[in-house]
Amino acid sequence: MSHPLIQIKNLHKSFSDTDVLKGVSIDINRGEVVSIIGPSGSGKTTLLRCINVLTKYDKGSIKIDNIEIGYTSDDEKNRKERSENQLSAFRSELGMVFQLFYLFPHLTALENVMLGLRKVRKFPKTKAADHAKHWLQRVGLADKVNSLPAEMSGGQQQRVGIARAVAMDPKVLLLDEITSALDPELVGEVLEVVQSLVVDGMTMIIVTHEMSFASDVSNRIVLMDDGKIEIDGTPAQIYDSKNERLNTFLARIKNR
Amino acid sequence: MKAAFDSLPYLMDGLLVTLQVTFLVVVFATIIGVIFGVGISYGPLWLRILVRIFSDFIRGIPVLVLIFFVYYGLPAIGINMETFTAAVVALSIFKISHVIENTRGAIQSVHHGQMEAGKAIGLKFHERLIYIIFPLAIRRFLPPWINSVADTAKGSALVSLIGVVDLMLAMQKVIGRTYEAMPVYIVGLVIYFIINYCLSLSSRKLEAKFAYIKE
Repeated sequence: MSHPLIQIKNLHKSFSDTDVLKGVSIDINRGEVVSIIGPSGSGKTTLLRCINVLTKYDKGSIKIDNIEIGYTSDDEKNRKERSENQLSAFRSELGMVFQLFYLFPHLTALENVMLGLRKVRKFPKTKAADHAKHWLQRVGLADKVNSLPAEMSGGQQQRVGIARAVAMDPKVLLLDEITSALDPELVGEVLEVVQSLVVDGMTMIIVTHEMSFASDVSNRIVLMDDGKIEIDGTPAQIYDSKNERLNTFLARIKNR
Repeated sequence: MKAAFDSLPYLMDGLLVTLQVTFLVVVFATIIGVIFGVGISYGPLWLRILVRIFSDFIRGIPVLVLIFFVYYGLPAIGINMETFTAAVVALSIFKISHVIENTRGAIQSVHHGQMEAGKAIGLKFHERLIYIIFPLAIRRFLPPWINSVADTAKGSALVSLIGVVDLMLAMQKVIGRTYEAMPVYIVGLVIYFIINYCLSLSSRKLEAKFAYIKE
């Protein structure tokens, strides 16, 4: 009965005539933390965006809790795209944090976190506010609940972004290079928050360039290259693999 | 001079018609223009093409021709309208095309990431519009929209040409009776100016109100 939380089979995606994903298959279990690394253009962000169908995949299958997410079935010959409303319902079960935060600039930190709770989860106002405050406190921003995004540092904004995603109690948290746009001194505070969610046992897929962080928190590290998965293993296995592409990649990020 | 002064109540009747025309045109044009503006931004291809053709075509013709077409042209296919109705219909069609472009531009000014962030927390399309896109787009929408309202108030003077007794035609009629063109036109100019100055003041107020949003 037990099946992986996320099952991805032979996933393909192309943008006009560029093939970005060329047959990606991976299973992710409940509670697992999987980091996806790889050179830019390797398809890691596209893979992440396909999982909550911000990007529609062309071929292959993504199942979450055994349900095909982007289409009405996994039978490629005989399936239709999901309606917008069905996609909205699926997406509400998946948390996503963006590289550029994308906080709603007209709403305070509290309102940013509350919006989904109110409109999607249908929480009454006080319950939504309490819940949102709880999560803002968890990410260390109890004193910023009434601040607008423009009044916060990048690190603080990104922590609101995380609170906004996890407050919805998602089945899995998708993190898309969440520290890449931050000043170096702000990276730590964001990674600490992620670390604390790992301790909670949240399932996560992390697209990152932070190799040491990935090794610390992940059960598995996946190296993507040229639209395919090159290696998939525990951090120890990955470092021991002596894979040529991995070494090239590691050398490149070290030199940055 | 006294004659011009005595005719003020008559001019006020004309002003009332000008304001009625302006109000109705702004209401219709805003509602329909925003709907089509959303359509051209997010709709299916066929709708985007239709709205694009409509908007480009209407904006490419003089409004006076449109007014004459609606009032004198449409009866040929059995559509007869009172002068007032014809005036409101013609000016509304004209303004709709402008509001479409205002709406499209305002929506485009919102970073696509906002839409994605709304999707990511599971908001439905209309919820993303209501709670995220519109509140952000309105800053960009308001200034040109208020210009549009002012343009409508000024441009409504053209409806006098099909016989709607608005402020413009009321002035003409008073002048016809009193032969006092200068004082009557001065009164008219001042009234038009006051309307539009009030609008531009409210525009500045509204812009200040939304200045706190920084993307």
